[in-house]
Amino acid sequence: MHVTKEVLDAQAKALLEQLNDTPLRPKDRAKIPLQEMPSQAPEVRVCNMEEVALGYTENQVRLEAMRCIQCKNQPCIAGCPVSIDIPAFIAEAAKGDYGKSVEIIKESSLLPSICGRVCPQEVQCQKFCTVGKMHKDVEQSVSIGRIERFVADYAREHGLEKIPSIKPDSGRKVAVVGSGPASISAAADLRREGHTVMMFEALHKAGGVLVYGIPEFRLPKKIVEHELQNLKDMGVEIRPNYLVGKTRKIADLMEKDGFDAVFVGSGAGLPKFLGIEGENYVGVFSANEYLTRSNLMKAYAVGKSQTPLYRSKNVAVFGGGNVAMDAARTAKRLGAEEVIVVYRRTEVEMPARREEVTHAKEEGIKFLFLHAPLKITANEKGRVNGVELITCELGEPDASGRRRPVEIPGSEKIYDFDTAIIAIGNDSNPLIKATTDGIEVNRRGNFIVNEETCETTLKGVYAGGDIVLGAATVILAMGQGRRAAKAMNTYLKGLA
Amino acid sequence: MNKILAKQRLSKEVFRMEIEAPEIAEARHPGQFIILQMGGDFGERIPLTIANADPVKGSITLIFQAVGETTHRLALLEPGDTIQNLLGPLGKPTDIKKYGKVVCVGGGIGVAPLFPIVEGMKKAGNEVTVIMGARTKELLIMEEDMRAIADEVIVVTDDGSYGRKALVTVPLKEICEEDKPDCVVIIGPPVMMKFAALTTKPYGIHTIVSLNTIMIDGTGMCGGCRVTIGGETKFVCVDGPEFDGHLVDWDNMLLRLGTYKSEEAEAHHRCHIGLKINEGEA
Repeated sequence: MHVTKEVLDAQAKALLEQLNDTPLRPKDRAKIPLQEMPSQAPEVRVCNMEEVALGYTENQVRLEAMRCIQCKNQPCIAGCPVSIDIPAFIAEAAKGDYGKSVEIIKESSLLPSICGRVCPQEVQCQKFCTVGKMHKDVEQSVSIGRIERFVADYAREHGLEKIPSIKPDSGRKVAVVGSGPASISAAADLRREGHTVMMFEALHKAGGVLVYGIPEFRLPKKIVEHELQNLKDMGVEIRPNYLVGKTRKIADLMEKDGFDAVFVGSGAGLPKFLGIEGENYVGVFSANEYLTRSNLMKAYAVGKSQTPLYRSKNVAVFGGGNVAMDAARTAKRLGAEEVIVVYRRTEVEMPARREEVTHAKEEGIKFLFLHAPLKITANEKGRVNGVELITCELGEPDASGRRRPVEIPGSEKIYDFDTAIIAIGNDSNPLIKATTDGIEVNRRGNFIVNEETCETTLKGVYAGGDIVLGAATVILAMGQGRRAAKAMNTYLKGLA
Repeated sequence: MNKILAKQRLSKEVFRMEIEAPEIAEARHPGQFIILQMGGDFGERIPLTIANADPVKGSITLIFQAVGETTHRLALLEPGDTIQNLLGPLGKPTDIKKYGKVVCVGGGIGVAPLFPIVEGMKKAGNEVTVIMGARTKELLIMEEDMRAIADEVIVVTDDGSYGRKALVTVPLKEICEEDKPDCVVIIGPPVMMKFAALTTKPYGIHTIVSLNTIMIDGTGMCGGCRVTIGGETKFVCVDGPEFDGHLVDWDNMLLRLGTYKSEEAEAHHRCHIGLKINEGEA
């Protein structure tokens, strides 16, 4: 049953008044009901591209922040990839000092309005929350991400954000390759030290995966634009339409253009395909293509956008991560009648965030677990008309620790689909490696870096984000960008 | 932002533009392409092969046919105007080396990207014959440019309004019979490339084709441009645009080029409203 934002707010308000001025013991705090995230009603949101989660109201955020018992062990901090002082920012939120709250977050994370929306909190900070433990249910943990989002949005909307102070010109010049989360955080930390920072983006819009990959209904692009504007206000120059490796090689940037150091945050942009028969038929798309058309090229704005989108009735999405959820939910919004996510394992092993899976189900996305595609079939015009699937069962755990899907012979069956979207991950884009002597990669094509400093095997060249981690999360990419920037600042200081 | 330095009309629908792009001019090699987007949230990204470049002046030359919305908008720009987004050079350069006798086959607008390859092949010491074809005389471009550098130029038109009345495959087959070339380079409409590549196949001649598929980012990120080459999936944007013409699965490529046929047919009428380029000849 969908509860409106107004009702949730009224409930929170009533409870807040009731609790007013009562001193709260930890037990009382843990008893405060978890504040549900207000959202657009499913039947409404499948007809638009606007954000699904609407954000807490002020009453809700105060209540949710009061659920934190400020425990001594602070296990949430250990669960955060960038060690945000979570209890401290929550305490400020509970007091209603949102500006101060966001300042505390920004000591560790530069992009709270983005991370508050896209972090998989249930496997990070919230996984270890003491309140969740008290309830013996991780879903009852304090909603750290939702509070983070509220305070960040509040600060942005009320002009409470402070532009970081920039040290005087260091005389050093740094190139940042790519403009996704790793690059944004690296650029900001490098600029603060007074270096000239130039960010190079291949596409015509900056933001990387935040712009071409994550849909508007999960991360509004105006938030990304705002973060990029902050960078520009700090004096970072952003150059779109510049493909490092092709427009200019890294060696040229360093030897001819006078860049003293380079940070590579070019992402994992090389879509994996299934390697099955029929994969090049008309109507088979990588999730990257499908999402880029919709998000970056705005193909969902039919009649306005010049980039077309394939019209689908029955869509199969292969994969079980957030990208698969994004693709499935996008297909639904673009008018598909039936969208089925086909995953080789079961729901438990699915890497997607819980919230995305829940939202997808609410929107009518169906799931076919324990099935793997064998072959894509097409009609006489080469257009997809079906997919042959085989049933799997779970066997022994594999290298990832998840139980391996084992195909059951004889269980093959052809299902009707007119569109297939492949969302089984990305390999590293080989472009920079191929055009830069001295950069070493592992067998997956990921850059090999010093774990402490993020320096690559080429002196003065650092890297972070998916180009190092493979397909990971925004927060991990951001954390690496910051770690690299710190080491680069030391390196630049040491240059004669 | 890239400034347009010069503009020239080559035929009814075909334009030559010289555009300020110093970095691309310095980095590019024959066979490579750019992607341009005319700005705004809703503009498409289209790939165009670089016809020429002047690294000293810092400019590149594009030759394009005004067929879709973006190329129509581009055709309406004048020297001094700017193009919002221009990315390049993309793709791998042509494998230019000394083969001996090289035949370069260009069809329609494909003659433009062929030009720097002819130039490169000549410089590398090859004897170069150019076969250039068009539907009709007024669609023929760059004949003088080709004549200035190639050893021999054979012109054909479908309707016989100029040169020989034939398809490019006819003189190509004759050359293969009479004096087998060491390498053939073919650029033109997909169907023409398919049949020209089939023409050289029985002779076992090394045949290079330049594919122009549906493309978005041009950096290997989306895979929309993928083609089947000798049974393997390749991306035109990063593995190409040039491939062995005898290994291309042409039928699959032609089907994929028609992916958005019905969506585009609807959009076509809409996109041309208010975008009419002035009637005119070269």
